Amino acid sequence: MSALTFTLKTAPQQSINCSALTPDNLIGKTAAEIGNIKLVSGKHPLLASDIFDISGSDTQQLNFRNATAKLDYIGANMTSGSIAIDGDAGAHLGFGMKNGEIHCKGNTAAFAASGMRGGLLSIDGNTGDFLGAGSEGSRKGMLGGTVIVKGNAGDRAGDQMRRGLILIEGNAGDYCGSRMIAGTIGVLGDLGAYTAFNMHRGTLLLKKQPQLHVTIQDCGAHTLPFLNLLFKSFSKYNTRFSTLNSLRVQRFVGDTAYSGNGEILILST
Amino acid sequence: MLLNGIQIDDTFAEAFNMRGTRVIITAQNHKWAYHAANAMTGFATSVIGCGVEAGIEREMTAEETPDGRPGVSILMFAMGSKVLMQQLETRMGQCILTCPTAAAFAGIESEDMISLGKHLRYFGDGFQTSKLIAGKRYWRIPVMDGEFLTEETTGMVRAIGGGNFLILATSQPAALAAAETAIEAMKLLPNVIMPFPGGVVRSGSKVGSKYKTMFASTNDAFCPTLKGVTNSELSPEIESVMEIVIDGLTFDDIALSMKAGIEAICALGTSSGVKRISAGNYGGKLGPHLFKLHDILKGTAA
Repeated sequence: MSALTFTLKTAPQQSINCSALTPDNLIGKTAAEIGNIKLVSGKHPLLASDIFDISGSDTQQLNFRNATAKLDYIGANMTSGSIAIDGDAGAHLGFGMKNGEIHCKGNTAAFAASGMRGGLLSIDGNTGDFLGAGSEGSRKGMLGGTVIVKGNAGDRAGDQMRRGLILIEGNAGDYCGSRMIAGTIGVLGDLGAYTAFNMHRGTLLLKKQPQLHVTIQDCGAHTLPFLNLLFKSFSKYNTRFSTLNSLRVQRFVGDTAYSGNGEILILST
Repeated sequence: MLLNGIQIDDTFAEAFNMRGTRVIITAQNHKWAYHAANAMTGFATSVIGCGVEAGIEREMTAEETPDGRPGVSILMFAMGSKVLMQQLETRMGQCILTCPTAAAFAGIESEDMISLGKHLRYFGDGFQTSKLIAGKRYWRIPVMDGEFLTEETTGMVRAIGGGNFLILATSQPAALAAAETAIEAMKLLPNVIMPFPGGVVRSGSKVGSKYKTMFASTNDAFCPTLKGVTNSELSPEIESVMEIVIDGLTFDDIALSMKAGIEAICALGTSSGVKRISAGNYGGKLGPHLFKLHDILKGTAA
């Protein structure tokens, strides 16, 4: 069986909600049934077959081709299977995802991994603001799972993140780890302003020390054996983080403006 | 049955159901891992007075342990889950939390997960941090030497305690030397511990006593100095008896360990002073597991 492939016919002008096209929703459906699935684009319901050329039959292995940033909510709430995206993805990629794998070969818009609970989301390009953050109205961001970004992330990465792992190989924007409740965010590149703003708990693992605001306190240089466990857990992923091995870190704690007990670990080079 | 001239009695060891767990202790080096593990398994020879029976199972290399540091694995057994949980927490708090550089990890997976550092974390007074790494929860508790790292839970499994055999020899040094030889061979096997000092116990007991308050008392039938005044099991040339007690995760683990121990002793031959191998039991009515010496040595025990 070949992967069920959705090839975009023409680049859409308006965002299309693709949340219906997940392995969970498509299992057991015929090609005709899949083509008749209604997708919402603004106030116009469209059929999947209007937007995509559909080929292949393996509903546990989806492929989006010629994808653009107008395709929102790809892989939303999925619990199994895999989705590969050749091109860019829109907002809310992997929204509420519980298990399975999504691999986006291009860039994504904002709110990738928002409300994610499990599984693996990897993005080869850059991602927008609010990576792993809570969606509008939610008091909690990402609740589990792993996100790997090979490029850069926008502002507010990991905002209100509750659990899980975000690894950003490039740079992260302003307010990285803001209001973070728990979990781990790693960044190998540069960071913007107000890193860990109002951070409650959790870990920011950084390669470069950003400009930290005054309510983040320096707790000195330490050798922390628990990093061995963390690094071991990185080794199964295809990421530059898997080459980390130094247990020596500078430890900052904050945000004390919030009586926060979050930590920023700056890896020694 | 004779094995290399040494008589193997046609008898059996009688063993009981227990609850067991395994914990992996790591530290900066093996020296400190042993300090922690020795403290944790100290005063844990018999459930009668210690609550648990515990011992070091084996040494682990840095490559084998979860945090990549040298370590040892320990096994701990109790008659019930409640006692095991209590003892594990107490010993973790007094022996591992306190030991410089030591960390503790689950050594066994099970549906029954019991607290390893789950409650110990409150020692951190709010500064403790939890990390969920690859599906397992760990606690990092700030302490004066840096951080105490412990996994939240470890597995509790059904296990067996009380496998044993007796070594009957013509002198005390001969009996002890043979026991040491057996222990060396048995230490090479996984999933078992010999909880008594050096793995050997000299004060085997029988059920009951002439004193009303005592439930168990000295096994006079195997006491060499009582040969003439009690219904002795010992022939005139036997001058000393040593016992080796084994707790293990399964029947087969204990049977294999007993086989290895007895065979190591028999390989020494009768010139070692060892004349007989026997086993301790209560008539087969108390414990559900019977380790028949002849079957074990033939490899047909089950």
